[in-house]
Amino acid sequence: MELLLLIFLPLAGAIITSFIKGGAAKISALGFALASLCVTIGLLTQFTPDATTQFAVNYPWIQQLGINFHVGIDGISMITVILTNVLMPLIILSSFKHEYKNANAFYALMLFMQSGLLLVFTALDGFLFYIGWEAALIPIYFICAMWGGKDRIKVNMKFFVYTIAGSLFMLLGIIYLYLQNPANNFDINAFYALNLDSYQQGWIFWAFFIAFAIKMPIFPFHTWQPDTYTEAPAPGTMLLSGIMLKMGIYGVIRWLLPIVPQGVNDWVCVAMILSVIGIVYASLIGFTQKDAKRLIAYSSIAHVGLIAAGIFTLNTQGMQGVMVQMLSHGINVVGLFFVLDIISSRLKTNKIDELGGLAKVAPQLAISFLIILLGTVALPGTNGFVGEFLLLYSVYSYNVWLGAIAGLTIIFGAVYMLRMYQKVMLGQTNELTITFADIKGTEKIVLYTICALVIVMGVYPKPILHISEAAVQQLLEQVNQKLTGVN
Amino acid sequence: MINSLLWLIPLLPLLGFVINGLGRNTLSKSLVGIIGSGVILASFVLSIAMFFELGSGAQKQFTVDLFDWISAGTLYIPLSFLYDPLSAIMLLIITGVGFLIHIYSVGYMHDDAGFAKFFAYLNLFIFFMLILVLGSNYIVMFIGWEGVGLCSYLLIGFWYTNSNYASAAKKAFVMNRIGDLGFLLGVFLIFTTFGSVEFARIFPQAAAMMPGAGVITLITILLFIGACGKSAQLPLFTWLPDAMAGPTPVSALIHAATMVTAGIYMIARSSVLFDLAPDTQTVIAIVGTATALIAAIIALTQTDIKKVLAYSTVSQLGYMFLGLGVGAYTGSFFHVLTHAFFKALLFLGAGSVIHAMHHEQDMRHMGGLKAKLKTTFATMMIGTIAIAGLPPFSGFFSKDEILAHAYQENKVLWAIGLLTAFLTAFYMFRMMFLTFFGKYRGTHHAEEKVHESPSTMTLPLIVLAVLAAIGGLINIPAVFGGNEWLAHWLEGAGIKHHALTLDHATEYALMGVSVLAAVVALIFAYTRYVKNAHVPVADEAQRSALAKLSYHKFYLDEIYDAIIRKPLDAFSKFFYRIIDKKLIDGLVNGLGWTATEGSKGLRLLQSGNVGFYIFMMVFGIVALLLYTFLSIA
Repeated sequence: MELLLLIFLPLAGAIITSFIKGGAAKISALGFALASLCVTIGLLTQFTPDATTQFAVNYPWIQQLGINFHVGIDGISMITVILTNVLMPLIILSSFKHEYKNANAFYALMLFMQSGLLLVFTALDGFLFYIGWEAALIPIYFICAMWGGKDRIKVNMKFFVYTIAGSLFMLLGIIYLYLQNPANNFDINAFYALNLDSYQQGWIFWAFFIAFAIKMPIFPFHTWQPDTYTEAPAPGTMLLSGIMLKMGIYGVIRWLLPIVPQGVNDWVCVAMILSVIGIVYASLIGFTQKDAKRLIAYSSIAHVGLIAAGIFTLNTQGMQGVMVQMLSHGINVVGLFFVLDIISSRLKTNKIDELGGLAKVAPQLAISFLIILLGTVALPGTNGFVGEFLLLYSVYSYNVWLGAIAGLTIIFGAVYMLRMYQKVMLGQTNELTITFADIKGTEKIVLYTICALVIVMGVYPKPILHISEAAVQQLLEQVNQKLTGVN
Repeated sequence: MINSLLWLIPLLPLLGFVINGLGRNTLSKSLVGIIGSGVILASFVLSIAMFFELGSGAQKQFTVDLFDWISAGTLYIPLSFLYDPLSAIMLLIITGVGFLIHIYSVGYMHDDAGFAKFFAYLNLFIFFMLILVLGSNYIVMFIGWEGVGLCSYLLIGFWYTNSNYASAAKKAFVMNRIGDLGFLLGVFLIFTTFGSVEFARIFPQAAAMMPGAGVITLITILLFIGACGKSAQLPLFTWLPDAMAGPTPVSALIHAATMVTAGIYMIARSSVLFDLAPDTQTVIAIVGTATALIAAIIALTQTDIKKVLAYSTVSQLGYMFLGLGVGAYTGSFFHVLTHAFFKALLFLGAGSVIHAMHHEQDMRHMGGLKAKLKTTFATMMIGTIAIAGLPPFSGFFSKDEILAHAYQENKVLWAIGLLTAFLTAFYMFRMMFLTFFGKYRGTHHAEEKVHESPSTMTLPLIVLAVLAAIGGLINIPAVFGGNEWLAHWLEGAGIKHHALTLDHATEYALMGVSVLAAVVALIFAYTRYVKNAHVPVADEAQRSALAKLSYHKFYLDEIYDAIIRKPLDAFSKFFYRIIDKKLIDGLVNGLGWTATEGSKGLRLLQSGNVGFYIFMMVFGIVALLLYTFLSIA
């Protein structure tokens, strides 16, 4: 029952918030997000980090079609739930300095999306997963389309059509699995137990993979992403990059690997190569970007490429690296986009060449930015290192050369991030930046919290690794067993 | 005490960083100075006490586990420290020289607005440097390795409003990261080979392997690439001269005495592996010798006093790698030690000159300063004699040991080493003569303001001068009846002492030749710069081909720019504008367009309004949810 509270509390919050007029809407939204965080902490205290699914709830829903409201949490889900519910209050708080029109609708949509995300991360029924998947997409579409930048309509159309097209493939895959299932239901365990030949597995692999690859996004399915991130309002960008893209990663782990291991095995080298290409390709593009927001968008593609590569290595280090890096990337990218939001809300620009010298007028912003940046470039002792180290090691152990190429990220990441930092923060102030005021109030709370997370997770990542370790190992064993069984 | 208090040694500087960092706007300068230097002094005292405990006890290796850091599957990385004779000496150098430089900085940075920030960064640097040498496995070492890189970045770009300085900082970080990738891949290979990253687990296994095994060669080459970044060797050394943008105490501490020797420390630490890889050793010896020579040639024509010292550092680091390459681990490490004394001294002396000259660094505008800066001059002279390799000062012993081993291995390496020693003596005396001898060449107005530095600055100079003078005594070679204390001490850390097999006559002859080379260089420099009062020509002046090559640093920066940076930027733009925007996005949009055009017939059924579709979807989902609740109820 606790799990129902977890999933539906934000939805209830959305409904209530939608009726609250004016500035109180954000307070209400923050309250519900914090309450969700408390529920998460409560769950965490009762959670046993073994491989089992806990807090499971299973109600018949549409019995004629074998659809059940089946949700539960294991170590892998727990990581994504923590990610969602830690970031949500931060994202809402980060938006406090803005006065959005129709704030009640804006915040209601955010909470609605939170419920959708939590459903995705806990669903154990294929149909339910799909519902959550789309339920998370719709609010973010509205957030971007109604509160975004000047090109928002065109850009969002592409984003929406692109992702919905991807998810239709996934829906086809789910329905196909359902039809193959003798028990006539969408239960994930029944899907796991299916005996599909490698031809069927290949098709289902691609149906799912395309949906997930678009969501993350993996090269070459990424071209919607930089435009969307750039045009979306800051909280929208944070939701997309911080949490929503993890739906794709989670999807691969939960719905792709264990269901069609043979398909994965047959196509893994393609997925691997695309992921690694994405790392180098997006990093290189980052070198010469003029808009800081777009630069971070490309850097996110590079980082996600490494995460994706880590998944497909199918080893413990890689998968555990994915777990930590999902959290770290979410926290860091939200921090980076927030820094850029602070800059653009004061100076109305994110163009790198127009900025400069901010460290002089805003030392606290400069320090926070630097700490988050160091997390992003994976300096040891920050959260980024733990994940990136495990991921690079896993890619290396999959293939030495791919590991070396993926490793370029530690050089390239430093190049484009430090270049941006230098142009934005260092050097002399100009007429525009001289008036810049340092961070204060909620800005401080958000950035300092993120900085603290960057360091604490980097110095002592053990609790996080501990949460998912058993679940990850079981999942990999399951995949390997099925693989050896098929052969 | 080692087991119970070792963690305090790095923790104290971290504490100093936190206090000075948080209190940078509230604490008074004197308090900042006291805290910043005090924590280092405390660590130094602890290091001394532990050093004696280690020396008197039978146990030579202490492992102190702090906590589990990263573990995933079979990969297990504890945060733990290893205290043994090697790290013991490194601790003494880092905290000892570090403390002196902190004291010096109190005077040097006194009028700087970022005084507290500076001390916070320095403390943080010491912390990471201590982690680097204390780590009991390669990954903890890597925390320190990259951490000192960060501090180097922060301190090179300390005066960040100057874009050139900020660029220099970025360049240092990126070039170090190129090496770091090599290091990381080396560690991966170590883990797949030995199943552990712990020194104590790796080396015993390696000791049982055959020399020349391919995997060991690859591991050591990768580690060496890491060392090339951090210790500024070819082809990755060009960041170090630019790093002189940082305040001078930083150059002394980070870019001369400690951080840049991390590569040598790492290889000495891994000596078991490198001993098994003769091919790698050859590569190291060649790279080291080439770096030593090229940097020395560049130093010949530099006019910025700090740039001379920077290239000299690169060159001396090259010496140390030559030593490692010929198996003279002790000699190399000995040179790390003596170099820490005399190069820190020389940098701090240069800082004192720059301080006295009100931030003038160009030696063409100096001259005749010895009368006004007596202490600075005297101490720097000791440093110069030490680096030139004149007996009985410290550099003589360490350099001689490396050269003797080089002679034993390969006469060509020895000859180039000797030539480098000659050049070293020449450019160092050139620097001294241009700065302190002859007539003052600046404006008269500036001349009146020249003054000796305060005692916070001269006192460290004096202490370092004493160390630079007598530091060589800790490893007096057998040929002089010495007991080679350092060599025996380091054996406790598993570093094999490859004793010289040369007969005494040859050893004496080798020493004689190198001393002769230094003396001849001294005479040359004296004739040219004192007797003939030669002053280097202006930047634009015509130079001979070799002088031009030297003055323009062999055009390495320009070459890297042309073959690496520019092509990468071009790729970046090509990928973005052509591949991403035109090709991939064009394809995506084309697909969308085809779908729209193709479905025109169906269009009458659709409103074409995405908002309406979404509304219907929301409606559908809400309806489904309602259905659920009703059916549950």
